[in-house]
Amino acid sequence: MIRLTVNGTAHELEVPSYRTLLDCLRYDLGLTGSKEGCGVGVCGACTVLLDGKMISSCIALAAFADSREVTTVEGLAQDERLHPVQQAFVDAGGFQCGICTPGQVVSAKALLDANPNPSDAEIREWMVGNLCRCTGYYKIIESIRVAAERSRA
Amino acid sequence: MNAFDYRSPRSLDEALAVLGEYGEDARVVAGGTALVTMMRQRLVQPSCLVSLRAVQGLDRIETDNGGLRLGALATHREAETSPLVRERIPVLAETFRRVATVRIRHMATVGGALAHADPNQDPPVTLLALGARVEIRGAQGSRELPLAEFFRDYYETALEPGELVTAIKVAPPPPATGAAFLKFLPRTADDYATVAAAAIVTLDPDGIRCREARIALGSVGVTPLRARSAEALLAGEGLSESVLRDAGEAAKTAVDPLSDHRGSAAYKLEMTAVMVGRALTQAWEAARRAAGTR
Repeated sequence: MIRLTVNGTAHELEVPSYRTLLDCLRYDLGLTGSKEGCGVGVCGACTVLLDGKMISSCIALAAFADSREVTTVEGLAQDERLHPVQQAFVDAGGFQCGICTPGQVVSAKALLDANPNPSDAEIREWMVGNLCRCTGYYKIIESIRVAAERSRA
Repeated sequence: MNAFDYRSPRSLDEALAVLGEYGEDARVVAGGTALVTMMRQRLVQPSCLVSLRAVQGLDRIETDNGGLRLGALATHREAETSPLVRERIPVLAETFRRVATVRIRHMATVGGALAHADPNQDPPVTLLALGARVEIRGAQGSRELPLAEFFRDYYETALEPGELVTAIKVAPPPPATGAAFLKFLPRTADDYATVAAAAIVTLDPDGIRCREARIALGSVGVTPLRARSAEALLAGEGLSESVLRDAGEAAKTAVDPLSDHRGSAAYKLEMTAVMVGRALTQAWEAARRAAGTR
């Protein structure tokens, strides 16, 4: 039995020991925003926040989240309003096919939470683990820049 | 993944008791970045995972006899960003910063990386050059081991069944010392190194000639290793092209790289000499700055 809070909602779940956090979110809780890409912690499509820190949920066991708080891409928008990072990705064209986008957005939110005014070099270093197979990196960086500028305005 | 028992003890004693109960079928898990990945690939199939995540106090980073003690459960990111590590042993913070991605560094732990004993990892290279010691706990009590004696083979350590890593201890570098960690990455920034090199140079009181040099290498053997024959050439010498070339050539005799997608064995051998030369140059220049002779 694990108890975890996901996007502000408390859950009590009976899960097998081998359940990954990603599968728990997708199949036990129906939160399919987080994706499985590589399955080995490299591509970033499964990025979620565990107690505010970004992690790869595909190589974390669900048990790791016991008594902890998880934030997924579904938890970013509030009251039908997109999170500023999501809005910036829409406005600056920060996605193409979209499969990496939930991970990109969650990672970008974690960056701006930790460092509201990142340099381009800091954006690149932080985001290096979020792959975009459409190679839309420039607009992803631009989206994060836009989100940071708006939060300063 | 196959099913297994998952235990999450609240204390170290309780963890050791569970390890004793399951014997060699149990594996200790901390961040999970290495072990869970290997379990997903069915490379390891333990019958029990003993998580250290709920054991309090294992993640502290603190001073220790003028040096540092990094608790086994401190994450790579915590080691990288710790003001204590950045101030006392900046090359160590910089080394942790070069591991994988920020996301993985939030998960992977200092002790887990040692116990995993993959020769492609970065922190063991710098820790080896720094002469770090591993703190180990078992049912019989605690013991300490120089890191050089901890790594035995590919994925093999000196840990006995029922033992676990509790911390790594690093002595303070002497005055007039400079250090460098370099990672040759021909593919992507988050990759394992093709060759990684750490160098630590301590200068004589004249602030020019080398008193002692330590060189460690990663990704070029079954464990991270010291290039002692190269180190021996440096004592009493000043920095010059020929000294660097000789040290690089000597380092090649210490390594035994494998061909893989990060480069052929022959290429890694040549790059060993290049990286040793570059790391020594940087460490030497840092040592001169520390000695005030530059």
